Parts: sequence; C-alpha cells; structure tokens
Amino acid sequence: MTADLGFWVLQMLNALQLSMLLFLLSVGLTVIFGLMHFVNLAHGSLYAFGAYVAASLAGVLGYWGGFFLAPLAVAAMGAALYFTLIRSQRRAGPMAQVLITFGLIFVAVDATRLVWGDLPIGIAVPAVFEGQLSLLGVEYPIYRLFIITLGLAVLGVLTLILSRTQIGAMIRAGVDNDQMAACLGINVERMFFLVFVVGCALAGLAGAVAAPVLSVTPDMGLQILIPTLIVIVIGGLGSLKGAVAGSLIFGFVQTFGAVLLPTLSSVLIYALLAAVLVARPQGLLPAKG
Amino acid sequence: MKSTIKAALAGLVTSTAMLTAAQAEDIKVGILLPYSGVYAALGQDIDDAFALGLETYGTDSGVTFEIVREDTEVKPPVGLAKTKKLILQDEVDVMVGVVSSGVLGAIRDTVDGAGVPLIVANAGNDEATGEACSPYITRISFSNQQVNRPMGQWMVDQGVKKVFTIAPDYAAGRQMIDAFTTAFTAAGGEVVGQEWPAFQKTQDFGPFLANAKASGADAVYVFFAGGEAISFVKQYDSFGMKAEMPLYGSGFLTSALYVEAQGPAAEGVITALHYVPTLDNPENAAFVAAFKAKTGRIPSEYAVQGYDSARALVEAVKAGATDRATLATALPKVAFTGPRGDLKMDPATNNVVQPIHVYETVAGPDGLTQKVLATLPAEADPVNGCAMPAATN
Repeated sequence: MTADLGFWVLQMLNALQLSMLLFLLSVGLTVIFGLMHFVNLAHGSLYAFGAYVAASLAGVLGYWGGFFLAPLAVAAMGAALYFTLIRSQRRAGPMAQVLITFGLIFVAVDATRLVWGDLPIGIAVPAVFEGQLSLLGVEYPIYRLFIITLGLAVLGVLTLILSRTQIGAMIRAGVDNDQMAACLGINVERMFFLVFVVGCALAGLAGAVAAPVLSVTPDMGLQILIPTLIVIVIGGLGSLKGAVAGSLIFGFVQTFGAVLLPTLSSVLIYALLAAVLVARPQGLLPAKG
Repeated sequence: MKSTIKAALAGLVTSTAMLTAAQAEDIKVGILLPYSGVYAALGQDIDDAFALGLETYGTDSGVTFEIVREDTEVKPPVGLAKTKKLILQDEVDVMVGVVSSGVLGAIRDTVDGAGVPLIVANAGNDEATGEACSPYITRISFSNQQVNRPMGQWMVDQGVKKVFTIAPDYAAGRQMIDAFTTAFTAAGGEVVGQEWPAFQKTQDFGPFLANAKASGADAVYVFFAGGEAISFVKQYDSFGMKAEMPLYGSGFLTSALYVEAQGPAAEGVITALHYVPTLDNPENAAFVAAFKAKTGRIPSEYAVQGYDSARALVEAVKAGATDRATLATALPKVAFTGPRGDLKMDPATNNVVQPIHVYETVAGPDGLTQKVLATLPAEADPVNGCAMPAATN
C-alpha cells in the first residue's frame, strides 16, 4: 500500500463518484417507497432504459440530447407504468407488488435485447468533459468530477424542495402519515404520481450519466438493483438523508474495501448490511421516527 | 385390439428402419449455443459462421447435414438438459457449440459417457483438454492458456520488465492471467501487483486503476470480455493512463465484436488472440468477404471458430466418417489451413494447435481496425494431466 497522499485523494474521488451515481438511483426508489409503500424492483430497469435511450440519442443529437431527453423518456415510461400496473396494485400488498415488479425486470431485459440487441453499447464522453483535471495533486477524469457535481446539485435541489416548498411539506406529511395528510385536503394520490414520475426521471438521469463510464448492457439494470437496495436499507427507507448516508457508506466501503481488503471486498458491504439490520432494522436515518 | 397395436408397431419399426437406411448419408448435427442470455451475440456469430462453413465446404461432401439447434441460455443445468435431449431424443451424430466453460463442465460427463463427438466452438477452460479430456471432445477454438502464454516472452522481448495484472475473479480470468504471468516471469519479467475484481459485480474499475497507477509497473496486462471489457478500456483511458502505462492483454479485451463501442479509448491497446479479421491470407480474405455478404458484419474470433467447426466436421466426413464412432476417431485427426493459418489437433489432448497473433487496435479509414504486430508460432499446450483413453464405441 502506498503512503502517497495523491493515491488516497484519487480513491476518495472514486468513492464519491460511485456514491453520487447510487444516490441518483436510490433517492427516487426510497422516496417512492416512503411515500407510497410501494416496492418497485424494476427501478434498475428504468435506469437501464435511460442508459439505452441516452446511448441511442447520443448518436443522433449528441451527448446532451441524450442527457436531457433520457430522463423525460424514462419519466414517460414511468407514467405509463403507473397507469397500467402501479395504480391498480397500490393496495395489493407487498407480495403482489414485489412479484409484479420483479417480473417486469425480466420483461425489460428481453425487451431491451429485442430492440437494442445483445451487444453492449458504448458512448463517448462529451467533448467538454474529455481529459483530466489536476486536483489536489492528482489527475482525475473531468467527466467523473461532473458526476460528483451533478449528484451534489440534485441533492441540493431536492433538499431545498423537500424542506422549503409547499409541495415538499406535503410530501413530508404524506410520508409521515398519508391518511392524515389526505384528511387535511392533500390529494395524496396525485402527489404519489408526481413523486413516482420524478423518481423514474432521476433513474433515467442516472442511466444517461452512467452510460459513458460503464458499458450499456441489457442486464445493467439487474446489476445495479442490489447495490441500490442495500443503499436504501442501510440508509433507512423513505428519507433523503438516508439515501445520502447509504450511498456514501456504500461508495466508500466498496471502494476502500477493494483497495485495502481485496479478498473481502465483495463480502464487506453485505456484512455491513447484516450489522445494520441487526442493530437498527429501520436503517440509519429512517423517515419515520 | 392388441394385435392391431402390434401390427401398427411392426409397421412403424419397418418404416423407421427403411427411413434410416435411406438416410444413411445424412449427418445429424446438434448445435448447442446460447441464443439468449449474456453470450447471445457470441452464439449468433458462431451459428451464422457455422452455416456459412457448411455452405462453403459441405456441398461437395456427398452427405446432407441436418441441423438441430438448442439454446443453453448460458446456464449449466439447461445446457445439460438440452445435451441429453440432443443425444437421446434427437439422436444426433455429432454436437457442435458450447460458449461457456461452465456449460462445458456440466455436459462433459454426459457427452463422454454417451460417446457422442463434440466439437467445442468456444469454451476455453484448460481442464477440458487437460485433466478432464475425453476422446469424444475436440476443441477447435482455443484454450485459455494458449492465447495468453506467448505474450509473456513477447512482452519481455519488447522491453516490458514489470507488469500489473487485472482480471475478473473467476476460473477463466485466473487461467488466462496465470498462464501469462508464468511465462512472463520465466522470461525474466516481474509481476509487481495483481487485482481480481468480483466477476460481473464490478462496474467501476477506478479503485483498481488507482492501485495499478501507484504500483510503478511498466505496463498493465488484463483479461476482460464483453461489457466489462468495454467499461474497463474506457475507464483506463479516462484516467489518462495509456500514455505512461501501455495496456496489454488477452485479445478478447478489444474483440472486433465490440471494439467500436470502446471507441478511441481502444486505440493503442496491444493484445494477443488466435484470430483477428485483418489477418493477411487468402483463406481469411475469402472468409471475411463471405461472412460480410451473409450477415453484414465483420467476423469476430467467435465467427471463425464456428466456421472452422463446420470445416472440421466436413473434413472428418470426407475422411470417411459416417456416425458417432467414426466421427469421434476422425475429428481429432483433421488438419487444414483456414483463416487463422495452419490448424491441427494435438493428439495428446484433442486441443487445437494454432498460431497466436499479437495485434494493436488502431484507427482505420472506417473506424477501428486491427494491426497485426507479430504472429507467434503454434505450440501445443502442456498435457496438464490428460491421459487420453481410446474411444470405445
């Protein structure tokens, strides 16, 4: 192991980059769960769909076309899902919801294979973010810094909306006690829809942002699902703070585990998950006290 | 009633017998490939090229080839069930295919026990032509050690003294890297560090790249394939490491099948493989042109394996083989000059003996292409515990 400071800065940035990508994914999933008590296992498939749309559009409109349109396309897909499957299953209980959304994953994997084929797709990093930037004595890819910045920006905007706006207050009220919120005249169902669609759009954004770094493959949604679920279970269901904490913990444990304890790295995060479930089954920072 | 059934059965038996007699010149081929799952694209390339190979070489062989296709879904239990179906129900004379080493491991005993010849068109695990070798299993593709071993000496000859290796943590990854490091250290090189990221669970290679960067190695030698290969090559380039630490590896890293998805990040990467589409020989020129005309794609190493599987089968038939037993004895004796160069089978292991081509991925007029830097002579793998029994049926 090296005593070079630059090495640790580099790994810190790697950890932060992974955390921010996971944050974009988990925040949507956790708020949907907190608000709707709905387990959407197909969230990862929406992420894959976003990546595919971004990769396809990048060929036609350039990277930024995909970056802005992929979240919209995924939001539209989310809205379609809401009206066809989600709404009718709202009261069906967790088992039916888990089965349906789990089935959706396989439908989505095969649908992407039919449309986009089996071969992985790759897209280039946008020209402005090519190359490396010298930061605290290390050369770090600019695009990865962009992912970190974007994650922080989304975190800032969501924090502002949830804590400072009326709609944020309504969402928080809904998470705390949806029946009471409905009694106070809040159209909880419409708010659910809004949150669901925004959560889907964030998954699409995560897919579009991840596409130039990772390869776009049909099973990418399945691969990211487990890390995302670990993040929200560790962080605590339903809370923004929990999603942030969970993502950071996952990113740092995964990255530094791979560096310091390579033989244990794939076990570490599960050990941590088990420890959290034993000590604090509700997660570290749950929405409800 | 009973007699009616008996009569009907007798009739059926006679007609089946007559049918068999009439079709004695037919060879029934069971193709076992992944048509779905992560390796579906590989299966398709092999299948297309196998059909092309039969068209090219099989028409004047005097027999007709009947094809039965089965999908392994890249799952060992499914592959085993489909193998039993092909052997027992379809009663195929010969089987061709198998992409995943896991599936090959699962079906090995069944194929060996039933005495059905199997032409392995991809799966490269060393055991299949080592300690688990069988007189019925002939591998026309490659073995994991075969494509990596020659790079050890070659890189030392190029002046690379210290390497860092990275490969996914599973059997093929370990075999590829171990074959390379053994040859590399024997030639006087030094391995300064190794990383084994979890197989198909690692999306971000950043942490491992930072370790490689800090290791002080002259170069990095890796094995990755498919989606992981694309992510790895792009991330390696994004950290700006290519200039100071050139990237070498097993040739699947920059396979013609997906090098376009890697884009400019793949330029300058030097790898070794048993086939690249730019090999300069007349057999390859004809193959590339025919494959392009048939599918619109450039043939990958998987395609050439399918093509040569068909050619090997036809050569065995032309040598007089007609059924399971005769095909099993004839297949390990085939030798021909194909797109890859001179191929023959090693009688000690039934593994192919072929030259290995070192190539650099470079920008060409229509996208990325492969520039062959060196062709390393064919050498047979060590027998690795294979004691080849004689075919017994």
